[in-house]
Amino acid sequence: MNNAMVDPAQRSGRLAAFHIDLPLLLGLLTLLAFGLVILYSATGQSEAMMKAQVIRLGIALAVMVGVAQFSPQTIRRWALALFSLGLLMLIAVLLFGYVGKGAQRWLDLGFMKFQPSEIMKLAVPMAVAWFIASHNLPPRIWHLFIGFLMCAIPTLLIARQPDLGTSLLIAMSGVFVLFMAGMSWRLISFIAVLVSAFTPVMWFFLMRDYQRQRVLTFLNPETDPLGSGYHIIQSKIAIGSGGFEGKGWLQGTQSQLEFLPERHTDFIFSVLSEEFGLVGVIVLLAIYLFIIGRGLIIASRAQDNFSKLVAASFTLTFFVYVFVNIGMVSGLLPVVGVPLPLVSYGGTSMVTLMAAFGVLMSVSTHKRMLANV
Amino acid sequence: MLKKRVAMQDIAAETRLFNSRALVAMLIVCTLFSIILVNMYNLQIRSYQDYQIRSEGNRIKVLPLAPNRGLISDRNGILLAENRPVFSLELVPEQIDNINTTLSKLAQLIEISEEQQQDFLQQVKQQRRFNSIALKERLDEQEVAIISVNLHRFPGVTVEARLSRHYPFGDLFTHALGYIGKINTDDLRRLDEQDRLANYAASREIGKLGLERYYEEQLHGTMGYQEVEVNNRGRVIRVLRSVPARSGKNIRLSLDVGLQLTAQQTLNQSRGAIVAMDPRDGAVLAFYSNPSYDPNLFVHGISSSNYNALLHSPDRPLINRVTQGIYPPASTIKPHLALLGLETNTVQPDTRIWDPGFFTLPNSDHRFRDWKRSGHGWVDVYSAVAESCDIYFYDLGIKLGIDRISDYMRQFGFGERTGIDIHEEASANMPSRGWKRARFNQPWYPGDTVPLSIGQSFWTATPVQLALSTAVIVNKGMMPTPHMAAEFSSADSTELVNPGLKPALNVVDEENWRIIADTMVRTVATLKGTAHTAFRNSSYSSGGKTGTAQIVAIAQDAKYDADALDERQRDNAMYIGYAPAENPTVVFAVVVENTGGGGSVGAPIGRQLLDYYFSAGVNSDE
Repeated sequence: MNNAMVDPAQRSGRLAAFHIDLPLLLGLLTLLAFGLVILYSATGQSEAMMKAQVIRLGIALAVMVGVAQFSPQTIRRWALALFSLGLLMLIAVLLFGYVGKGAQRWLDLGFMKFQPSEIMKLAVPMAVAWFIASHNLPPRIWHLFIGFLMCAIPTLLIARQPDLGTSLLIAMSGVFVLFMAGMSWRLISFIAVLVSAFTPVMWFFLMRDYQRQRVLTFLNPETDPLGSGYHIIQSKIAIGSGGFEGKGWLQGTQSQLEFLPERHTDFIFSVLSEEFGLVGVIVLLAIYLFIIGRGLIIASRAQDNFSKLVAASFTLTFFVYVFVNIGMVSGLLPVVGVPLPLVSYGGTSMVTLMAAFGVLMSVSTHKRMLANV
Repeated sequence: MLKKRVAMQDIAAETRLFNSRALVAMLIVCTLFSIILVNMYNLQIRSYQDYQIRSEGNRIKVLPLAPNRGLISDRNGILLAENRPVFSLELVPEQIDNINTTLSKLAQLIEISEEQQQDFLQQVKQQRRFNSIALKERLDEQEVAIISVNLHRFPGVTVEARLSRHYPFGDLFTHALGYIGKINTDDLRRLDEQDRLANYAASREIGKLGLERYYEEQLHGTMGYQEVEVNNRGRVIRVLRSVPARSGKNIRLSLDVGLQLTAQQTLNQSRGAIVAMDPRDGAVLAFYSNPSYDPNLFVHGISSSNYNALLHSPDRPLINRVTQGIYPPASTIKPHLALLGLETNTVQPDTRIWDPGFFTLPNSDHRFRDWKRSGHGWVDVYSAVAESCDIYFYDLGIKLGIDRISDYMRQFGFGERTGIDIHEEASANMPSRGWKRARFNQPWYPGDTVPLSIGQSFWTATPVQLALSTAVIVNKGMMPTPHMAAEFSSADSTELVNPGLKPALNVVDEENWRIIADTMVRTVATLKGTAHTAFRNSSYSSGGKTGTAQIVAIAQDAKYDADALDERQRDNAMYIGYAPAENPTVVFAVVVENTGGGGSVGAPIGRQLLDYYFSAGVNSDE
């Protein structure tokens, strides 16, 4: 069975030697290239910003290839250590962290500022997967409880910074591990009920004013067209006025004339929608779908449970980023400040994501060696 | 072995479980992507039109362009209202490194007050950084020169020119031209009611008075606009479309600068009014009210001290005496009454009346006196007009009765606005039985008719009405509409103003009109004529009528003594006239307040006017 479904990457000796999964690489490169084209327009044709982004891409790709060289076993061995380190750093941030934009997210290491929550994006699913995979599947209720606890502690620490968006995404990446591990549907329904009951508690006790405002604005952006509703209104105008074919590259009036806020970061999808229209949106979604599909295929073909769970969780988390970002700029979801993965301008999150894809490539290409053991 | 078998079973079940979960995950992914696609379809296809419009609304702004106001010139093309560039010192904050340094350096070059600097800094805070902000407005020529020479030292500093209304003749044409001023809320409301507000989006000023107000629509022109693309901060990125403004029409008036100057000089320091027009078409040749004031004060907003000085001046310069000055017409209306007497056969040309110096009504011993205490002796219609005999007209007035007088004089235009092309016009008063009943709730007494017959008591008229009634006499019943605008011209068309003549009076016998014109010529030409002294040795023929209006009633047996009276209670001097005697080309009215008699003050002014009129050939080309 394994022989019948030989991976192209395995056939390609040269790439296999570098532990590169060719379909995933092609998907990612297509996305990055398309992303650069959009970014050039979204930065107002800023060569300096393009240069910075290309350098980041280079670093991120290098990180991906570097991570891919470690076997899943190695990664599994390091999972708990990484998780513990991340936890310590989160506590350090709360104690000595650098305050920027009203939130305490950064840790100043002297030579660079660092956001420990980025580590946890990788460490939480890895640690939960390590724990769950060390027992038989489906996990018992007792194991699930431990798993939830492993998600909850970093989530609450990050929520305290406060960074609700990131904390929820990290919680979700851990929960995906539990879901893929076969958590029973009955329990899932129970948790869903619990979460809906928890929502008012969150609204009144956990959320900050600006977060509540975002939700209120999301529910009815036109009530405050010049204030917090401005972003979403201008974004929808940009998307809607793109029509089927779009206004053409560099021709988007909403983005080029800067009516669109955060056009090169969180709202870059609106630039794409305006300049390339529905056609461009479909192309982008197709690329994302291909990468996600490939990620799930890699997960389902992985030969040990840790690899499966980590690969699936990373893939689904990647999808959640895509969905949340597109949902927020098109008015389906409140504005939570999630960049469009691998397209938005910005460094840290891109490196983290590519590290995750490095893990996927490792899972994809280290199979034979595992089988040979 | 056993342990390994169990593990193997686990792996198969686990793989099945995982794959089913992966499938569920993939289904969820596809479902959510579908939701995104449906949302995109709604935004980009179904609501495309809506968002397209909103996107255009974001980026396209329409900037209005103000039209240049039409120019106004006199009959010979001499500019009376023009648009002059005024210069202002302006700064663009974003192009200046240090605004405070620049300000202090500029203040070393020209005088910039602390207040101007504070105002400017306030504006800098309020305005967008790429907008040009005025530091000092209305620079004089020297300041413009100093700044221009040093401009290279100040990046971001410019001298901007914009057009501003200017009246080069100052106070000479104020009551005719009026002036423009800043648009206020009343103007905005009126424009809105007339549906013309949109055309004023870029305009700062509007006609406030006189011709500037009356012909606002023609003078203003049509606004142009630029469709520009702007960014989110309102900075203009590029011009998409430009529709230039169409300038207002230029107006050539029938007024004559020379005649106007003569009018001003002859009135000298006296309060009064002079109006002259061509009886053939109503074209106004002179229109002057004294004292006048400088309309340029109003263009940039008059200071309250200046305004109060004008408003509270005892000479009341703001009153337009030509059209709003309400005066008893006095003896100037004697030709009109004589005409009514002839047309109604109440008197014949040769009917003679004995003037003993006073007149009494039957059953009354109240003596209505003649201005000549000794009386004129026997008078007929010719001598009655020429020598301005009061007794003849007391008698005629009583014979005619108030109803006929009132009806007939109304047809001459008394008691009605003449329709001259400014809005500041009074109708004055032509009394009647009905009027007196309504005004005083009293019947009309014969004693009211007596002073009325010499243009006193309730009868009032404006100078322009007097001139117009003179035109009706020389036109034998045909009435023109007085108008100062003669021609509107724009780049592609010229339009002459000619309202034409309308029959005002029913003519019974044309000979009567010739006789009346003759009585007025005799006023000037015969030795006993009241205007004879004034017109002695004139090189042209003319007709006229003097008038001396009493401002205060003189007691029964008292004598009018100008020196004993307060200046403001002295008589008004009146004079109406026309020239030449045959086929007249000009009629005019002169009123001089509180100076004395029509013959001694009014007629000499008429003489000077006509002297200039004929020597300069004011409208001889027509």
